[in-house]
Amino acid sequence: MTRPSLLSPPQTSALVILRILIGWHFLYEGVIKLYSPSWTAKGYLLSATYMESFFHWLASDSMISTIDTLNIAALLLVGVGLILGFKTQVASLIGIGLLLLYYFAHPPFPGYPQGPAEGSYWIINKNLIEAAALVVIFLFPTSISFGLERFFTKKEIQTQP
Amino acid sequence: MATDKKLFAAFSRRDLLKSLAGIPVLGAVWAAGIDTTKRSKLEKDFLLEKLNIKASPPPASGPMSGDPLRIGLIGFGIRGEQLMRALGFATNEWVEAMSKAFMEDPKDKRLEDFKAQENLNVKLTAICDIFDVRAEKALKSFNNESNTCKRYESYLDLINSGEVDAVIIATPDHWHAPMAQAAIEAGIHAYIEKPMTHTIGETYLLREAVRKNPKAILAVGHQHRQTLSFLTAQDAIAKNTLGHISLVVTNTNRNDGNGAWQYEIHPEASPETIDWNAFLGNSPSVPFNPEHFFRWRKWWAYGSGLSGDLLTHDYDRINCVLKMGIPKYVTASGGIYTHRDGRNVPDVMQVNMDFPEFSTGSSQESGKEKGMTLVYSATLGNQFDRGTVLMGHDGSMELGNILTIYADPRSTKYKDMIAEGRIDPSVPIYQYDPTADGVDAVTSATTKYFANKGLLWTYRDGKRVDSTFLHIREWLSCIRLGGEPSCGIQEGFEEAITAHMAGLSYKTGRKIEWDSESERIISLPGEDLDAILLDNSIS
Repeated sequence: MTRPSLLSPPQTSALVILRILIGWHFLYEGVIKLYSPSWTAKGYLLSATYMESFFHWLASDSMISTIDTLNIAALLLVGVGLILGFKTQVASLIGIGLLLLYYFAHPPFPGYPQGPAEGSYWIINKNLIEAAALVVIFLFPTSISFGLERFFTKKEIQTQP
Repeated sequence: MATDKKLFAAFSRRDLLKSLAGIPVLGAVWAAGIDTTKRSKLEKDFLLEKLNIKASPPPASGPMSGDPLRIGLIGFGIRGEQLMRALGFATNEWVEAMSKAFMEDPKDKRLEDFKAQENLNVKLTAICDIFDVRAEKALKSFNNESNTCKRYESYLDLINSGEVDAVIIATPDHWHAPMAQAAIEAGIHAYIEKPMTHTIGETYLLREAVRKNPKAILAVGHQHRQTLSFLTAQDAIAKNTLGHISLVVTNTNRNDGNGAWQYEIHPEASPETIDWNAFLGNSPSVPFNPEHFFRWRKWWAYGSGLSGDLLTHDYDRINCVLKMGIPKYVTASGGIYTHRDGRNVPDVMQVNMDFPEFSTGSSQESGKEKGMTLVYSATLGNQFDRGTVLMGHDGSMELGNILTIYADPRSTKYKDMIAEGRIDPSVPIYQYDPTADGVDAVTSATTKYFANKGLLWTYRDGKRVDSTFLHIREWLSCIRLGGEPSCGIQEGFEEAITAHMAGLSYKTGRKIEWDSESERIISLPGEDLDAILLDNSIS
């Protein structure tokens, strides 16, 4: 089950730290939205500057409450997964999906309105960088070294005859 | 058991730490999130409680049940068509154009909104337009199996036909009062476009007619009185949120032909298709001139320029929030600077309306503050949106569809809260969006960005409602069930007198004074004020 690790301990630690920081970011966003009943993604979606019809559909009256709930649930799941080190690969994929949605609603493409963002961006912004970081987390799972999955992995090893 | 023991043995304390170390991080982040939201909610509740502004839409008008009311329309021009749609009658041409617009752009919901509009339970039984093409266009669309509509040659024939209970008047300004007066004196309800009158004399005559015929309901077409934020604004003022308001600025900025009243001249316009003498009425006799007919707003003889046409909107909007009445002094200036095309009404105009005795309340020592100026500033050569702002010692209110209040950095009332950091003067302390579910205090920069773009919320029940529709509905409700229209004769009187004072000041270059005791303009004694107001030789 355990593969021989190709990473040095400092490399693993760096990846674990990256994983926890991203999880932290997701979780906090999710918790804030969870406890702010008037929060909605409607404004963000309606002001989309790219793929407008798709995002407007998400913001439509019949969709928006489901979208808001799904968004909060996804943020929390990704946050919990990455911090605890549980199903981190699934969590990374969900996180990448979310970030790409955020990215494409307001992409920093040349000639597109920048909207309310701090800093200056050209094609690449923090959403895209965070998504790329999650690709790394996906490809280099660390939850066996540090996370709940270590517990289950150990258990499996020990219970095998 | 043995397996369990083995498991326990193989699982060192180090392993346990590495497995479960995420849990405290999770707990800390989660707790921090709860704490932050709780704190910001407390701050928001504290501020809302402190401000105690009641956010409420105007009361809904009553049911439209009973026998259908019979409505007659006088004037089927641009505004007449809009009013008819608000009443539930759209021309075949409009329906066709809108379904085409929808095919081209599915986001164009104008036809859908029109079809979804509530049925006001009225018949459009009569129409009067002195341009044959327009009258026939109306008949073609509105005279059918479900609605019998007849054309009348003159407005008096229509009013006295016995076929109408109420009339809607959407003619050039110089016909508003004579027609409304004739209707009211005949016991017919009247909805009249703004400005209510074209001259000072007419304003008194119409008020007299309405006072003598209390059963006939007169409503003036200031449909923005239906704007949902205005009652909330009134409450904010009543709670002294802004302190003493010393200055209110309103404005008109337009920069296109349509905005400068350069309407299309119909190719079929001729002395044969237009009853020219009926158009002229009491105005100076001039030979047939289609430009005068279609672009009448450009001449004092038929229109009232920026002061009657557009100042009236802004004045009435502020009057419905502050109820400050007619200004004591009005001074105006301006000129024809952007459209030198033969018009004689100004296209750039600044009007200062002074209310030296008016106060909205004060947070400072008694007697220090009193008096207010309302500034109306307009150009037809630029469309930069300047917004309407009410400026008080303690705060400023931006009054639009969305109502936003900022504390003033030097406020007396909010001094402590600003010092404690509980109020940031650069962030709204209160925001009311009638299309949203809730009220917001301390809006984030992002929310503000979306709100300012009008994107944050859809309309209630996802439905856009036309304010003209609500205004006409209110008038119909008063006819059916009693009650006073929000813009009736008193509001119309104040609007008309203020507009005429601005026109007089512009024409004479003098400060025009109103005496509220005698209810008279006391400037220029001995002069014929209406003659000055209508004088076509002064531009």
